Amino acid sequence: MHKAKLQNKIAIGSLYGISGLVVLILVALLGYILVSGLPQLSWHFLTAPAKAFLKGGGVGVQLFNSFYLLILAMLISFPIALGAAIYLYEYAKDNWVTSAVRTAIEILSSLPSVVVGLFGFLFFVVKLRLGFSILSGAFALTFFNLPLLTRSIEDSLRTVSENQREGGLALGLSRWETVNKIILPAAVPSILTGVILSAGRVFGEAAALIYTAGQSAPALNFADWNPFNISSPLNPMRPAETLAVHIWKINSEGIMPDAKAISSGSSAVLVIAILLFNFAARYLGKRLYKRLTSA
Amino acid sequence: MFVNNDVQTNANDMLERHIVQPNDPQHPIVLATEDLHVFYGKSEALFEGDLQFAQNQITALIGPSGSGKSTYLRSLNRMNDRIATVKGRIMYRGVDVNQPDIDVYEMRRRIGMVFQRPNPFAKSIYDNVAFALRLRGVTGKKKLDELVEVSLRQAALWDQVKDDLGRSALGLSGGQAQRLCIARAIALKPDILLLDEPASALDPVSTSQLEDTLLKLKEQYTIIIVTHNMQQAARISEYTAFFNQGRVLEYDTTSHIFTNPRVQITSDYVSGNFG
Repeated sequence: MHKAKLQNKIAIGSLYGISGLVVLILVALLGYILVSGLPQLSWHFLTAPAKAFLKGGGVGVQLFNSFYLLILAMLISFPIALGAAIYLYEYAKDNWVTSAVRTAIEILSSLPSVVVGLFGFLFFVVKLRLGFSILSGAFALTFFNLPLLTRSIEDSLRTVSENQREGGLALGLSRWETVNKIILPAAVPSILTGVILSAGRVFGEAAALIYTAGQSAPALNFADWNPFNISSPLNPMRPAETLAVHIWKINSEGIMPDAKAISSGSSAVLVIAILLFNFAARYLGKRLYKRLTSA
Repeated sequence: MFVNNDVQTNANDMLERHIVQPNDPQHPIVLATEDLHVFYGKSEALFEGDLQFAQNQITALIGPSGSGKSTYLRSLNRMNDRIATVKGRIMYRGVDVNQPDIDVYEMRRRIGMVFQRPNPFAKSIYDNVAFALRLRGVTGKKKLDELVEVSLRQAALWDQVKDDLGRSALGLSGGQAQRLCIARAIALKPDILLLDEPASALDPVSTSQLEDTLLKLKEQYTIIIVTHNMQQAARISEYTAFFNQGRVLEYDTTSHIFTNPRVQITSDYVSGNFG
């Protein structure tokens, strides 16, 4: 008895220690980024365009690019991922085709993002002649995001109990009606959480974008919303350096005098944005679930 | 009133069996299975289920766990299509519904089903009942309101929920949720209602309310119910079928099964000696 108790205590103690270490590392990392980055933040920093040689540049364009790319990538990847997940979970029979598709998704999701970026460069930028552009970047991000999103939506569908499907079928609904009217609405909170979390990952992605969306951020005219003009923020064919790429770039070849400060500030913005995505995901998911399940 | 086939002895398996199909002109047969076999993959779960079900009566399917009664029930409206192979004929008012070209969705609207665990949808109470109707083209708020009220009244739930029909159905108690599932099923005006141990997840009070509801519902519907609860079968059903190891061993009026079973295993089971 005493021995079992002692063993239990040692086990609990070591598990506490390990968890504590993980939390400590995380807090130290976040703390360092925020402490060194927060003082750099100002309205000017968040809105002004970057400067290549002088100090006092901002990350306004990069920030906009990050969001624009994120939205485009999500617009492309969400419908495909949703369709794939519904097919795989609700329809696909358990045979070799399905298992091949699943294996492909698994491999794709563990592909290093720099490989996705180089593939995007060769295929979208060079072969399809899209150039370094938001569109190339969005396609590369789609490849990066698709497997993760598909799996997360599939997991969301799995959380909806099998008896809901039976309930629908027993009422004479077709499989599609059951999925569309019962399963999807019930899975919405969980799907939304997955989408926002994957948005956080996409937002912070750099390697897949360096060779696709490019490393330059031409100044934009925020008064011009015609997507066909080259200086319009909406033009999908312009090169668009994102915040994450910007951090990578100034750290490797930044020659402005305040490169260190800008890098710290950008990192802080990036981390805060991703934290916000995570909190939003939890909050919205919980709220939606409550609204759907309680009085 | 009953055709007595006496004790049948199947030469193939030497099983003692006693099958008396209902024969009451006031309650004609609406559903019958002929030579029904169910396979999960290669293993056979139901070897033979030849039963006939009388209109506006309650038939109870009893038997130990794994005896094939739920498998049999779920085959009747082809809920097992995706997971099992069902061979044989399921004659519903003269039509074999176990054929590939039968519209299963239409068939399931006539042969509704309520499950073991209450499974209300993540929608409002109102929408749980109304939404299958809407999908079937019932429109107009007045018409829907009326159908929702009638169904909830028949399921004895109306008085408890009439003031907050917009509330989420997931907040209902187990007994209420199960009655909502019944309301949802009868809103489509089915002919037959299949119930798969509908009271097994309910407390005694909810169970007794549910039984009262079923007794009222049989005036309009033909009810087939799987139950583990011997007293329940005795209380509410006119006919009882006893399943064991994938076979129907005895089928007769409920009073015969419980007071004078002909097959030894049935007798052991209903008197609580096994199962």
